[in-house]
Amino acid sequence: MNSYNNIKNTQNNQPGYLDKGLSQPLSAPKDELLLVEDLSVAFVQYQKGLKQRNLEVICDLDVSVKSGEIVAVVGSSGSGKSLLAHAILGILPSNAKVSGTISYNGEALTVERQKLLRGNQISLIPQSVNYLDPLMRVGQQVQNTIKTKDAKAVQEQLFKRYHLSEAAGVLYPFQLSGGMARRVLVATAVSGGARLIIADEPTPGLHPEVVAETLSHLKELASQGCGVMMITHDIEAAMKIADRIAVFYAGTTLELAPIEDFKDRGEALRHPYTKALWMALPENDFKPIPGFQPTPADLPSGCLFEPRCQLRTAECSADRPEMRDLRGGKVRCIHAT
Amino acid sequence: MNSAKYVFGKTLRMISLLIALCIVSFILVKNSPIDPVQAYIGADMMRVSEEQREQIAENWGLDKPPVEQFFNWAGAIVKGDFGSSMIYREPVIDVIGKRFAASLALMGVAWVLSGIFGFIMGIVAGMNQGKLIDRAIKWYCLTLAATPTFWLGLILLMIFSVGLGWFPIGLGVPVGVLSENVTLSEKLYHLILPALTLSIVGVANIALHTRQKLLDVLASDYVLFARANGESGFGLVWKHGLRNISLPAVTLQFASFSELFGGSVLAEQVFSYPGLGQATVQAGLRGDVPLLLGIVLISAVFVFTGNLIGDIICSVVDPRIKEGRSSV
Repeated sequence: MNSYNNIKNTQNNQPGYLDKGLSQPLSAPKDELLLVEDLSVAFVQYQKGLKQRNLEVICDLDVSVKSGEIVAVVGSSGSGKSLLAHAILGILPSNAKVSGTISYNGEALTVERQKLLRGNQISLIPQSVNYLDPLMRVGQQVQNTIKTKDAKAVQEQLFKRYHLSEAAGVLYPFQLSGGMARRVLVATAVSGGARLIIADEPTPGLHPEVVAETLSHLKELASQGCGVMMITHDIEAAMKIADRIAVFYAGTTLELAPIEDFKDRGEALRHPYTKALWMALPENDFKPIPGFQPTPADLPSGCLFEPRCQLRTAECSADRPEMRDLRGGKVRCIHAT
Repeated sequence: MNSAKYVFGKTLRMISLLIALCIVSFILVKNSPIDPVQAYIGADMMRVSEEQREQIAENWGLDKPPVEQFFNWAGAIVKGDFGSSMIYREPVIDVIGKRFAASLALMGVAWVLSGIFGFIMGIVAGMNQGKLIDRAIKWYCLTLAATPTFWLGLILLMIFSVGLGWFPIGLGVPVGVLSENVTLSEKLYHLILPALTLSIVGVANIALHTRQKLLDVLASDYVLFARANGESGFGLVWKHGLRNISLPAVTLQFASFSELFGGSVLAEQVFSYPGLGQATVQAGLRGDVPLLLGIVLISAVFVFTGNLIGDIICSVVDPRIKEGRSSV
């Protein structure tokens, strides 16, 4: 994961990036818990000599999450999905440049607010047990995230709620089984009473039962009124619980579609990539999409999917298409109907 | 059960190491240009006839084949008889005992100082990666890592003893005072400069390792998650950083006994400090074979013990080793 750590550090460009132009209230509807608009994340990289370049890993990304809703952000590996989570939480490395707007609960999510809210109102469910301190007992780690005085009692309650025995609290991360580790990570994430939960790849290489259990935890959180953003490459897991799916490709969202549109031969879907992705599933045509996802250093000038698209025309390579509303969803394609 | 096996394995390793060391040292000394009879007679050379020399050689078994000589010597070593030092005219074990006590004070002070300061410097540098303080510490450490101990000792002597006159030029005690009248403060006074030399050189290793380890920890997934959970700043380093960097630092510090010993040989020579290091140089230069072999064996045990303590601390403190062993 930490692939961006090998990029050289430069001065910190992060603070204040979101403050620009935020004096005007955002156009966010009241019911949107999280609204991300035109988000771009770039890293400064040194090339030969002292030449710098900006490597844009996320560009013009739009996504939103309502309270009580699960939105799955689905994309293949290496498309920068984790960075989206880190950008929302404000834990990107210091050489990252962020632009665009993120608003939480109708108000701009500034660096200060991110600091204030992360760990309590907004929390992360990470990918694996590697996200726990290897030398600290897990009970203690959960208590660390609880800011109130009765941390120990809260932790014990949480463990009970997630069917973790009392003895599990004194274990070290390496002693946890896959399922226990997932439950500890979920318990950590909900310890602060979060209203927005970002689950970053919560079901990687897990046993089907554990996947089902993890998904049911997310579903339960949503039913309690939390907004859940589930970042995953597992479209099938996303189908099971999500209300909407955002299709992530080469650092941007190509389509936002309600879950009901993912059916039959994908006629209801909007973007050619989404359709191709849907048809590539084993239970559909199992037909791969030819070509490769472009790397951040080598993005096409026009539509990001244009080189692989079957509907492409000359106009496609001219400009990046804007996100537009279409049939109850959103799409970034000039040909979509 | 498991720890008994562990101790047994380590003991076996130590014994095999010592046997190998005995064989190698014996071969080296046997093939060195030192003539033990000549070294023994020393200044009385003119008064000892050729026949008497042969008698000495016969008495010592030097006329026997090398393998038999080795077993004679090794047999005595096993019984704890290291022979007599030719230059000090005392049993080797007594010489080493006295010298080792003096060296231990010197090395102990240097070891503790370099450990503490190196660790702190490493943390400061790691927490301020890329900033001026980090670059200064890195520069300092890399420069010192490339500095010979004896050269630094000479520089300190020139500045603080010769130039400023703050410290004695050398030796472990004042000149012209009976050994029973030497006070502790006088001993400490003589210890400061050699100990300082060893400490200054010693911090580089531990500081650079600690710095790198802290950078690794700060870039780790679990620190990222801790930040996502609202932890930050010094509290975060304190909670997750120290826990994860102190173990390797302690292990490294115990494993550095060999460098410490090597450094003390050089520093003691420069400061004429009467420790084991100086005795080593003397034994080597003046062909005192029993003393040299004795020191080689004792220093091997010393270095091995350091590594062993590091290992044990690691396995007792690190839950991944401790509880991992008991649960598997």
